[in-house]
Amino acid sequence: MFQMNRGKGVRMKPAFMWKLWLLLCVSVFALGGCAASSAVDQAKNENQNDSSSAGKEGDVVKVGILHSLSGTMAISEVSLRDAELMAIEEINASGGLLSKKIEPVVEDGASDWPTFAEKAKKLLQKDQVAAIFGGWTSASRKAMLPVVEQNNGLLWYPVQYEGMESSPNIFYTGATTNQQIVPAVSWLLKNRGKTFFLLGSDYVFPRTANKIIKAQLKAEGGQVVGEEYTPLGHTDYSTIISKIKQVKPAVVFNTLNGDSNVAFFKQLKDAGITPKDVTVMSVSIAEEEIRGIGPDVLAGHLAVWNYFQTTDTPENKAFVQKYKEKYGQDRVTDDPIEAAYTAVHLWAEAVKKAGSFDVDQVKKAAAGLEYKAPEGTVKIDGETQHLWKTVRIGEIQADGQFKELWNSGQPVKPDPYLKSYPWGKGLSE
Amino acid sequence: MFIDQLFNGLSVGSILLLIAIGLAITFGLMGVINMAHGELMMVGAYTTYVIQQIFAHHAPQSAGMYFVIAIPSSFLIAALLGWGLEKSLIRHLYHRPLDSLLATWGISLILQQTARLIFGAPNVAVVPPSWLDGGIRLFGAVFPYKRLFILCLVLAIVFFLYMYLTRTRAGRRIQAVTMNRPMASCLGIATQKVDAYSFAIGSGLAGVAGCALTLLGPIGPTIGTYYIVDAFMVVILGGVGKLAGTLLGAFGLGLISTFVEYSTSATIAKVIVFVLIIAFLQWKPSGLLSLRTRSLD
Repeated sequence: MFQMNRGKGVRMKPAFMWKLWLLLCVSVFALGGCAASSAVDQAKNENQNDSSSAGKEGDVVKVGILHSLSGTMAISEVSLRDAELMAIEEINASGGLLSKKIEPVVEDGASDWPTFAEKAKKLLQKDQVAAIFGGWTSASRKAMLPVVEQNNGLLWYPVQYEGMESSPNIFYTGATTNQQIVPAVSWLLKNRGKTFFLLGSDYVFPRTANKIIKAQLKAEGGQVVGEEYTPLGHTDYSTIISKIKQVKPAVVFNTLNGDSNVAFFKQLKDAGITPKDVTVMSVSIAEEEIRGIGPDVLAGHLAVWNYFQTTDTPENKAFVQKYKEKYGQDRVTDDPIEAAYTAVHLWAEAVKKAGSFDVDQVKKAAAGLEYKAPEGTVKIDGETQHLWKTVRIGEIQADGQFKELWNSGQPVKPDPYLKSYPWGKGLSE
Repeated sequence: MFIDQLFNGLSVGSILLLIAIGLAITFGLMGVINMAHGELMMVGAYTTYVIQQIFAHHAPQSAGMYFVIAIPSSFLIAALLGWGLEKSLIRHLYHRPLDSLLATWGISLILQQTARLIFGAPNVAVVPPSWLDGGIRLFGAVFPYKRLFILCLVLAIVFFLYMYLTRTRAGRRIQAVTMNRPMASCLGIATQKVDAYSFAIGSGLAGVAGCALTLLGPIGPTIGTYYIVDAFMVVILGGVGKLAGTLLGAFGLGLISTFVEYSTSATIAKVIVFVLIIAFLQWKPSGLLSLRTRSLD
């Protein structure tokens, strides 16, 4: 028997290969489904725990939490769920909302965009949640967008993104481009040099971000000396580092996402390139990612966000302390975690102001709402449903925390379509 | 710049060879489609992380030496896991390649989730030993020590593996069983035992690969998935059943993909390399070097 099988192993017949592919495809779907449903079970258990602690008496209002708890994005999104659950717990501990306890329904998007759409539909139609907090990648948001619009739901999306969007059913609590990328480019031009090398993962966010950066550099007198995209999960940057060495840019603007950053920074350091030779400005590296990359290879490089764990506000001190007490002293907070936490509180404030859980009334009440978040005061912009946020540029220190080099001084008005910039015309097409 | 790229190509080739060499045994020699190969690498990477943590806590003065311990430990732990897998599952699936594909893929998911439960979903950081920091400057190019180290490590592994397979009794038994199982069995070789330790060696080499790659790449629950496709690609391109083919395939792919990437971009390079491989396999379906056997298909 085995001998026959060996023969097949050596020269695979076409029919055999076909079956193999078919089986592979089927198994991907089948096992993907298993993984998702097991995560749902886990989420159900957590719900039971939560609802039992919240108390049985009185009415409850359900909210959905929809992040990737498995798959490649779990690395980032699990912490957002933790932050949102903590915010919900805080609101429940202070008497709930409109005398109702909030009951979180946790679902797993499984790093798979159609799953996000499906689970959002389930949350809105079956669980009838008052709001969904969720998403990380733009692809997951774009998958949920038509669902929340059709069902007139409410989605709170907590991550910085590429802009050019403003759905009436989504609140964006992360930065849009003019609160992160645009001020960072201006700052770099003034302080670090005119030649830019653009490096990103090959998907929608880096490509859109780089389109904006190129338009801005053209208008403000900078120069693009290189532009490279690598597939998600790419792990060898030796060739790209050779190219960087050859063109010697003043700045590498890094929009790589996920694990690729680890490979890039480790190999950059090995190639003998230090922050003194070239400034690397990243938009996807926060405290959580620094832990996984190792502060030793990142020290001296820059990142731009609206919040650092070291941001000096009384609200932030309390937030960091509470988060660490709840989830462990070795955990860190970062910008998306803070934005997710703030999203829940903003929704709660809007509900209180509206005196109702009704989506249209909450939306109306939310316009112009101010809240003292850990990052400083934020305000909901009624027109775009984005937040006014303070921009901060930080340098990574050897302890894995940021030292703030610059901030915008006051919250910046969100402008997702970059309409207020003369060079921004034509970008939104 | 040419020297730089030539070195990069060799370095990428050595990494490809490192991730493929374990698979060259389990898939190439034994014919098991082991989808969990990447996760055995992940086990090696996490072993390195754990050993680093132990050193950092108990012997901080000699923390740089953890890597010397980590390589054999990664080999042992991954080999042990591979041995267990072979004994408990894979040996029942030798005559059912499609089922073994599905079963090992399931195992890869189990291992990923286990890693997530033990170490958490975010990546962990392994700080490379300080004696591997920096590099040599020659002809205006920098040769990082870590890449040189991986190159030497992989050449040493190939050398020892070659010696083992051709010069030792146990290695020759593996070859005998691969070439003609019933005959080997007739001559008194305990083929089941040979299967178990061949699989263990292949798994152990995956562990070493995982350990060495902590120097250059991320360490997280899903790192196996980044390397598994490349590993299969190298073994199939090189010719299933031939270690020399794997060697040629790895360095060939490394050089081609680096030079194509240099003149285009990373995404396009990947496309071009895959097109080349598909075209090549159309022309030579059994890869660069093929195993000639007298057995019937």
